[in-house]
Amino acid sequence: MPEAAIDTVGLRKEFARNVAVADLSLSVGRGEVFGFLGPNGAGKTTSLKLLIGLVEPTAGSGTVLGAPLGERDVRARIGFLPEHFRFHDCLTAKELLDLHGRLLGVRAPALAARRTALLARVGLEEAADRPLKTYSKGMLQRVGLAQALLGNPELVFLDEPTSGLDPLGRVLVREIIEELRANGTTVFLNSHLLGEVEATCDRVAFVKRGRVVHELVLAEMQSGLDVEIRVADADAALLDGLSEFGSDARLDGALVRVRVEHERSLPAIARWLASRGTDLYELKCRRKTLEEWFIEVMGEDQGPG
Amino acid sequence: MRGTLTIARLTWLEARRRKIALAAVLCGLAFLAVYATAAFFAHRSVAQGVVNLVAQRIMFQTLFQAGLYVVNFLVIACAVLLSVDTLSGEMSSGVIQTLASKPIDRAAIVLGKCLTYWLMTGAYLLLMAGGVMLSVWAAAGIVPPHLVLALLLMWLGATAMLAVTILGGTRLTTIANGIVAFALFGLAFIGGWVEQIATVVRNDAVRYIGTTISLVSPADAMYRRAAHELQPSSGALGVQLTPFTPLSVPSVAMIVWAVAFVLATLLLAIRTFRHRPL
Repeated sequence: MPEAAIDTVGLRKEFARNVAVADLSLSVGRGEVFGFLGPNGAGKTTSLKLLIGLVEPTAGSGTVLGAPLGERDVRARIGFLPEHFRFHDCLTAKELLDLHGRLLGVRAPALAARRTALLARVGLEEAADRPLKTYSKGMLQRVGLAQALLGNPELVFLDEPTSGLDPLGRVLVREIIEELRANGTTVFLNSHLLGEVEATCDRVAFVKRGRVVHELVLAEMQSGLDVEIRVADADAALLDGLSEFGSDARLDGALVRVRVEHERSLPAIARWLASRGTDLYELKCRRKTLEEWFIEVMGEDQGPG
Repeated sequence: MRGTLTIARLTWLEARRRKIALAAVLCGLAFLAVYATAAFFAHRSVAQGVVNLVAQRIMFQTLFQAGLYVVNFLVIACAVLLSVDTLSGEMSSGVIQTLASKPIDRAAIVLGKCLTYWLMTGAYLLLMAGGVMLSVWAAAGIVPPHLVLALLLMWLGATAMLAVTILGGTRLTTIANGIVAFALFGLAFIGGWVEQIATVVRNDAVRYIGTTISLVSPADAMYRRAAHELQPSSGALGVQLTPFTPLSVPSVAMIVWAVAFVLATLLLAIRTFRHRPL
């Protein structure tokens, strides 16, 4: 079995009396596009910094690309786009990428070629010689993305990569993530934009108060359907019967809900209801969105951050 | 080493682009212009026979030492102001995150920044002290002894303040760091005066207090030793005492201590920065 790109057990970080990350235990496979979700203050950014080595854990352990957390050499194989990307704005985009390339140990000829290709990929080749202080927020985010990809990383951490980007910029980020997936690069995506996560990630983890409280494989999420049925008389026998078509059959006020695997279960349910003489007023189905999962997992006690 | 030099180059590029180096040079040249003008008029009064030989020696010696005194203050202020924001500012803005996430030791960030500012401080000292010396030489033909040693001592004093400010930047906010750095320099200054007074009144207990303060902050002690080195022998000029003449001369042991202080402070800065959450 290939080793995980990220593997942590009981990672904890305290700042004075404040627990930023309580108990982070997670595993991210090689080549996976992994979404890390949680409300503001859930410890997402601190978790990410723990994995990169910007913050030392108070307790727990972990590996990144097979090396213990914080090991210097492994950082040459990692790309990182921080939330609110800031840099030396007196530099031009070319100079910024040259600087980071040198720090990564990329040799000059390869660096020049890589820099040119990346600036073209993020649509900044014409602005490459302009000081970054003249860039818009979206342009800065794009040059930050180019910086994260400079060393051909095996693992890329993207902390809110689409913040500040217009719709075209978001499409660009999505395309780049797809390219990374195609190349077998592992992507660790921290984002509030659940639509982006749903469109790009293979798997997500929900983090609440510094703990992973739920993990979800998005392909599995899309295969199931929530069916909502309104009938005249819902009883235990009806629920038992519906359980034959799917799982989690339950009464929800005047409605009956059941989760089925395929759309083709719907006519079968309708036929079965008619055959037992149940008056059917409404039957509809829908997929649960990631946002609904998020709200359900985070619970009612979780106010907006 | 690669990381240190890359960060040093970045720091220099930033200082140049933000016109920090230009501002320092222009202000330094303005100071030197005023100073050279004063030296010229002093020379003219000598040429007109307004002052006698002894008064002339006192005048130029005072002018020279006053010039160096101001230069020492400006160079120390330059060392503090250059470095006061370099770590704390980049940590609070988040700029440091992408640098520190690269495969370099965090020591390279500290040392790279320190190297550039150290060289800039040295260049500034050379410009300013060189200008002062040139003015006095042109006006009165005075060439003070032990020039190189004196400049190295002044540079060492500024380096001590640079190291203290870099260390402060690993833990404190920019403003707090600036306050601490200048307070330490103020402490060193008053420590120097305490030593001077103790020498005059021959009170060893007070002198120990002054020396202890100099151990905590050796910048002023290095200036006093430099000023002492620049003093002409009584045979050469016939004049030794000016308002800026050090009465209490720091020992060679104090110079060794200042070097050790710089190294220890930088090592502590590296250690602190290595474990600092970014």
